[in-house]
Amino acid sequence: MSSPLLAVSGLTKRYRRGGKTIAAVDDISFHIEPGETLALAGPSGSGKSTIARLVLRLIEPDAGHIEFEGGDFLSLNGAALRARRARLQMVFQDPLAAFNPRAMVARVLDDPLRTHGVASRPERTRRIAALLERVGLSADLAARAIHEVSGGQRQRIAIARAIATKPSLIVLDEAVSALDVSVRRQILQLLLDLQRQERIAYLFISHDLGVISAIAHRVVILDAGRVAESGNARAVIGAPQSAIGKALVAAAPKLNRTSQGAADRQ
Amino acid sequence: MTALLSIRDLTVTYRRDGSEVAALKHVSLDVAAGERFAIIGESGSGKSTLALAIAGLLPGSSKVGGSIEWKLPNLRLPHSFAPPSVLPDMSGRTEGGATERRPSAIATSHMPLGGRDIGFVFQDPSASLDPVMAIGEQIAEVARTHLGLTWSQSYAKAKSLLERVRLPDPDAALRAYPHQLSGGQKQRVAIAAAIAAGPKLLIADEATSALDTIVQAEIVALIRQLVAEDGMTLLFVSHDIALAAELAERIAVFRHGELVELGATAQIIASPRHAYTRALLDAHLGLDAEPLLRQAGATR
Repeated sequence: MSSPLLAVSGLTKRYRRGGKTIAAVDDISFHIEPGETLALAGPSGSGKSTIARLVLRLIEPDAGHIEFEGGDFLSLNGAALRARRARLQMVFQDPLAAFNPRAMVARVLDDPLRTHGVASRPERTRRIAALLERVGLSADLAARAIHEVSGGQRQRIAIARAIATKPSLIVLDEAVSALDVSVRRQILQLLLDLQRQERIAYLFISHDLGVISAIAHRVVILDAGRVAESGNARAVIGAPQSAIGKALVAAAPKLNRTSQGAADRQ
Repeated sequence: MTALLSIRDLTVTYRRDGSEVAALKHVSLDVAAGERFAIIGESGSGKSTLALAIAGLLPGSSKVGGSIEWKLPNLRLPHSFAPPSVLPDMSGRTEGGATERRPSAIATSHMPLGGRDIGFVFQDPSASLDPVMAIGEQIAEVARTHLGLTWSQSYAKAKSLLERVRLPDPDAALRAYPHQLSGGQKQRVAIAAAIAAGPKLLIADEATSALDTIVQAEIVALIRQLVAEDGMTLLFVSHDIALAAELAERIAVFRHGELVELGATAQIIASPRHAYTRALLDAHLGLDAEPLLRQAGATR
């Protein structure tokens, strides 16, 4: 493989809290290859979501470099930043909070197309229908309001919006955590299909090691803003070396479908 | 097994956008005294409606049919020893509108009292705690209201409860406000308040769903310990069948307001009878599950 799609090095973000300075993200480095899924795992407060926001440049770091598609991402601004952002999209946990609930589905999908320069209205209407079908929804849904569709449909719409600008990387922050298990599996399958067909890379943030081991190539386990360990997702989750990795694995609910009386072990 | 409560033909209907939606349909089940009973299901399964119905917390606008019969051998009278019949009747209250929660009109025998006989822990501890009241007071209030203790006795009780739920510094926590605590610590406080009056039944409705995996495991262990120590019956409502299986002795599976399957945990997990239960088990992504990545043929 040539140069990585995303290369993060020495990334640091500090917050002031009660007179003390806390490093939410402390000298973090990682990279993502094209078409690869890198998972960030860790307990609450480990810095996962702060990294997501730094990579998306929703907040600015105190130190470190982010290289995206071969260029210095942090030095971009104005039109150049906007143009590059088309290649770097996001999906959050709660799509209802991410969208105006009264907005029509068509409007939600029209925004990125318009912003990123898909000119004519008839062409955009055609693209919206194609995007909905792309994520397994009926094109008729375009005329519905965001608050009228189910949670699973809403997350599909969030994915449709993310892929509208043909990104090379999507940051998914707990994107399947609020979904019912049966819906969650379908959404994960959709993400895998899109990755295989479009070679999209994912920065997949989750506290759920089960989901990570199902869909991630590699995992970075974070603890208090630092990298505790990283490597092949199945290998790390199968035999964690760090204390926090072991604690995360031990805490994951396990379903033993053969043994008797799981509840009786006290 | 001695039943703590018997639910028969329970149907709950909500009005939504002018039409009636049945949240629970003809549900019948018994909860045994002292057992750990899990209610699981996806969104819209009616699992929370069942928990609210048992606690008498359904919205006033809901329509309820069927019965919940309580079999509390020594249902404690209120500390004032007033017979239940002179308890304030709140059903005629209008302030707060139709969504105000009030004791519902379910036919019950020896109706227990929420907070005293039933402790309820919700998903979001921030929503169940008063943001401008010190934590010690919030717990002491429950003990004072239901146990007839003085304020100083209630406050001492609050401190011992904070020790029981293993908050790091109970003395400081008594004076702290909810926003000063982490999500897991807030849930510990909510549990302390829920068990302050020594309820017979503890209902935990998605009580760990908003917490990270490590804190979730700690809270589940805490609930298990408190239930055992106090001889409480546990009603554990969850969307997570694996989590429920680690805690409960029996599991009831709900879907679209109906009870799909009910059985001992080992039977539900190892030999489910209903296709939907199997689907839920198959959808669980365990650490040892076959990776979707490999199934998709996208190995690297």
